[in-house]
Amino acid sequence: MTLIEFDRVTFVHQTGTVALRDVSLRVSKGETVAIVGENGAGKTTLVRHINGLLKPSSGAVRVDGVDTRKITTATLSRKAGIAFQNPDHQLFSESVESEVKFALRNFGFTEEAIAERCDWALNFFGLAEYRKTSPLVLSGGEKKRLTLACILAWDPDIVVLDEPTVGQDALQKEKLSQIVKMLQATGKTVIIVSHDIEFLWPLQPRLVVMSGGRIVADGPTGQVMADKDVLVGARVTQPQLLRLYLALRVRPDKPFFDVPTAERWIAEAAP
Amino acid sequence: MATKRLSAIRPAAAFEQEYRLGTLASVSGLSFRYPDAGKWALQDIDLHVEEGDVVLLAGPSGCGKSTLLRCLNGLIPHMYPGELRGEVTVGGQKVAETPMASLSQNVGMLFQNPENQIFMFSVERDIAFGLQNLGVPRDEMRSRVDETMRLLGITDLAQRAPHELSDGQKQRAALAGVIAMRPKLIILDEPTSLLDPRTAMDVVGMIEELNHAHGITFIVVEHRLELLTPVADRLVVLDAGRKVLDGKPMDVLADERAGGFGISIPPVARLYTYLAKEGFKLPRPPRSPEELAQELQAT
Repeated sequence: MTLIEFDRVTFVHQTGTVALRDVSLRVSKGETVAIVGENGAGKTTLVRHINGLLKPSSGAVRVDGVDTRKITTATLSRKAGIAFQNPDHQLFSESVESEVKFALRNFGFTEEAIAERCDWALNFFGLAEYRKTSPLVLSGGEKKRLTLACILAWDPDIVVLDEPTVGQDALQKEKLSQIVKMLQATGKTVIIVSHDIEFLWPLQPRLVVMSGGRIVADGPTGQVMADKDVLVGARVTQPQLLRLYLALRVRPDKPFFDVPTAERWIAEAAP
Repeated sequence: MATKRLSAIRPAAAFEQEYRLGTLASVSGLSFRYPDAGKWALQDIDLHVEEGDVVLLAGPSGCGKSTLLRCLNGLIPHMYPGELRGEVTVGGQKVAETPMASLSQNVGMLFQNPENQIFMFSVERDIAFGLQNLGVPRDEMRSRVDETMRLLGITDLAQRAPHELSDGQKQRAALAGVIAMRPKLIILDEPTSLLDPRTAMDVVGMIEELNHAHGITFIVVEHRLELLTPVADRLVVLDAGRKVLDGKPMDVLADERAGGFGISIPPVARLYTYLAKEGFKLPRPPRSPEELAQELQAT
């Protein structure tokens, strides 16, 4: 079942810059889609259409069958939560706690549910100790986690993560990876915009490559990542494991190991 | 066979002694605590950075990386109050006793978000801003700005407004402003976090070029270690305000304690560790997947 549909979408900024050119994309319910591509390729512009923050200049975006031009962003947000690339564009409340509760109140949750969900989200993201702190004094990584906590607290069907790993250390990245897997397991539709190829690789999402406002490749991670021409054009590099595999394949007379075996070894070498 | 090759590699200390170019930045017994904070942000840090080195600084969020950078560029103690013990010198200047303006001729800093750093109406005026403040004569200023733009390949952006640039271009423009001051040491705080993989590799290439051709020393904080390890001379890991590991990058990553400090061990380093544990000794820790493939096929 198609949950998100981009139908020949073009988006032109007020300055006249064309950010999306005739983009068509269908995302099914429960799918995990990663979007990669050069700086300025249109990735963020694309995902901002999902909750109606941006409306197409031509073409149409439909979420759960509804044209985003015929519904308010507030209503759409209940269905699609976006964690922005720059958390400073998203955080404004006077305390971490009120930040999480803000959207919950707007969506009309009961006070009891608000308290419960807020506690869950703050504990889950390791932010409980900052409950009364101003979001503005948190570190970059903590702010990023707070934006995620705010969104997961209201449990949207679609979760959009724009550059979630920026400023996150290995432990937080591992946690993010677990969160994505948890969202997958609970049937959520997850859209991840990221430059962090090493983070995306183990998740093996459907991979969409953008360049110059267009979608230039779309398919399983392994398949798309093997297409070097497309990657070079979109300024994306291959993950280390795939590079190793390809380098070893040059001498097929000496097969050493395949990718799944190497992945198992890497997992075993993990602390 | 492999054992013999291993022993042929000289210990790092002997190498450093032989090629010692002189210490550029020196941190001795440094501890720092922010006002009203119970915990020390840094505890008893000793770190001596040799001239011409590229030093990678890693560790989990909140381990003290940013505080250490602030101690090196003088923001601590000149702008941030707190309790400071020990001593930091850069280029022979004691940081605590030297005004920020004089320090800036030795240390340049590129912040994580270049937007915090570029603010003039055009890229070239932005690059000239720091030089103007230093009182560099007009002719020299002109030639330094041109030279820096050429070096970073942004001459065509000279008249562009910084806010019109892409993230990669902004990063270059901000770095140009730092380089034009001709500091001996440049500190980069997560320089690639906002960049697409190839632009990130371009920045790494730029670091390598500035280091090799111009002898600039770098201290780089970066979470994506797989990008920087191939060009770094040294990897220093901090945890809870203390220095816990320090050595050649691939040796540190192959150290079995490394994973416990919340740093991302690149897949290739993990494979090397796994193979070593299984008794499969390779001549040296590989810096890239291609190098590992080569070593595996040669063994």
